Amino acid sequence: MRTKTLNELAKTIRSKNAGTDKITFDIIFREQENYEIVKKSGVLNKKLICQIYGLEEKDICDFVEFDPAYAIKFTIYRKKPSGSAGETDIFGCQQYPPLLDIEIPV
Amino acid sequence: MKRELTFLCPNGHLGFAPTKEKSFYIGVETKPDYILCDSGSDDIGPGPLGSDICASMKSTQIHDLELMFVEARKLGVPMIIGSAGDTGSNSKVDMYVDIIKDLAKKYNVSKFKLGYFYSEVDKQYLFTKMNAGEKIEGLDGRSDLTREELEETDRIVAVAGVHPFIKLLEMGADVIIGGRSSDCAVFAAPAIQQGFSEDLSYYLGKVLECASFCAEPYGGKESILGTISENDVKVKAMLPEQRCTIASVAGHAMYERSNPFYEYVAGGLLDMTHCKYEQYDEKTTRITGPKFVPINGRVKVKLEGAGKVGERFIGIAAIRDPYSIKNVDKMIEWAKSQVRELFGDTGYELHYIVYGKNGVMGDMEPVKEIKSHELCVVVQGVAPTKQMAQEVTMTGTRQLFYSRLPEVKGTAGSVAYVLDEVIQASAAYKWTLDHTVEVDDPMELFPVNMIEVGK
Repeated sequence: MRTKTLNELAKTIRSKNAGTDKITFDIIFREQENYEIVKKSGVLNKKLICQIYGLEEKDICDFVEFDPAYAIKFTIYRKKPSGSAGETDIFGCQQYPPLLDIEIPV
Repeated sequence: MKRELTFLCPNGHLGFAPTKEKSFYIGVETKPDYILCDSGSDDIGPGPLGSDICASMKSTQIHDLELMFVEARKLGVPMIIGSAGDTGSNSKVDMYVDIIKDLAKKYNVSKFKLGYFYSEVDKQYLFTKMNAGEKIEGLDGRSDLTREELEETDRIVAVAGVHPFIKLLEMGADVIIGGRSSDCAVFAAPAIQQGFSEDLSYYLGKVLECASFCAEPYGGKESILGTISENDVKVKAMLPEQRCTIASVAGHAMYERSNPFYEYVAGGLLDMTHCKYEQYDEKTTRITGPKFVPINGRVKVKLEGAGKVGERFIGIAAIRDPYSIKNVDKMIEWAKSQVRELFGDTGYELHYIVYGKNGVMGDMEPVKEIKSHELCVVVQGVAPTKQMAQEVTMTGTRQLFYSRLPEVKGTAGSVAYVLDEVIQASAAYKWTLDHTVEVDDPMELFPVNMIEVGK
């Protein structure tokens, strides 16, 4: 089956703090077509996120498909609040790159 | 009541990076009814709140306040600022009030009313509530506040909703400097005070709070104009190169939020599930359908608190030897064991961040096998005193040099140093409170003040 990566399909893939205790991930598509391809493929789901990031499902507090913005969004609890000593990403903005290579059947 | 009101928002976090002037002045030419923005964030970590400093540069804060103040007074419209000085602590409210007074003098401005409110919460206030059996409920998966966590806290701010802003507007304020507040309350308050629906007023705040982050192409610190009417909210990019599109405006609803449909504020919940977005003209998006669900009974107000963990030093070490790179965990274990021999198992923190391996993502890093030909190790030691923090960090860094890996060819030193010393960093703080407190009257947390300034 032919596949494309999320990197090829999405316009924006980002991560950012959502408050002090969570990091939220946004995957936004330029057009409805690519959004629907990814949404309908069902590849991007909680199980895959847990696999990629080494999390358990309870670590994911939100997973939503947001039609008006052609976006898929999920949010995870941080292991430590942002800015704690030893914590590595105060803004949470460099946690998305592993999503780039997710293969979606097209 | 006017049929429409317009709101010019020049910056999503006043002072953090300078407001861009071109789009601001284009916005001023439209003669907005309000010039307003938020100046705070909890993105900056717990340090600024805990140690009561700004994350922003003072020169930028003055620059941004000056732009807004001068034009608001010229137009004779209210200027409103929320979360003064990044954290919205009392000293930062006072600092912004002083800047406004200085600007009034500098421009020889005629008399106006300057209103301000504080947001800091005394620890004793919460102890008293807890002693009376009230729960200080945890947010974002946190459990209810314990006495111990409260004791560890140095500073607490409550996050204001619209209430103190409305109060000051009713008292006739021309300029408002707010303590810590919900970003969206800064905008919602004047709209509600002028009689517009809560549904649209809170949405107006939500969409305007980050200024040009709701426009495309991406470009921060540019001005945005919001318009509220009886039926809709419209949002328009002021920079000629930017547009507010359905995608950019809807996309912004998700930004920095765990869920794009709901926004909690003191007093209720903004539900954006049924928002409808339309392209009104090339640069403007029109939104209808948001719903505000007010809370019944006592109002829950969010609390943010930070406490000092200890003094902190940083050490830096780098590795080039391929066998050492493969066995970096063993090197770190050796260095930690040497710190334990000197300082014991507890009473300090020692963290190793290994760049080139998993320095950015830590345990969440899916790439387990590394191909880097060099690594950088950042050592962070935290302890109650400066001397101990320095010694913990020094030992933890220097012992990497002496780490005993049996098969390493190089026996003269296991790491390369930029500096053979450790560097003092800011003290380490942690977020101790991300909770809510219930109050009968939200104003009890936000005392308001009004003074006359100008000639």
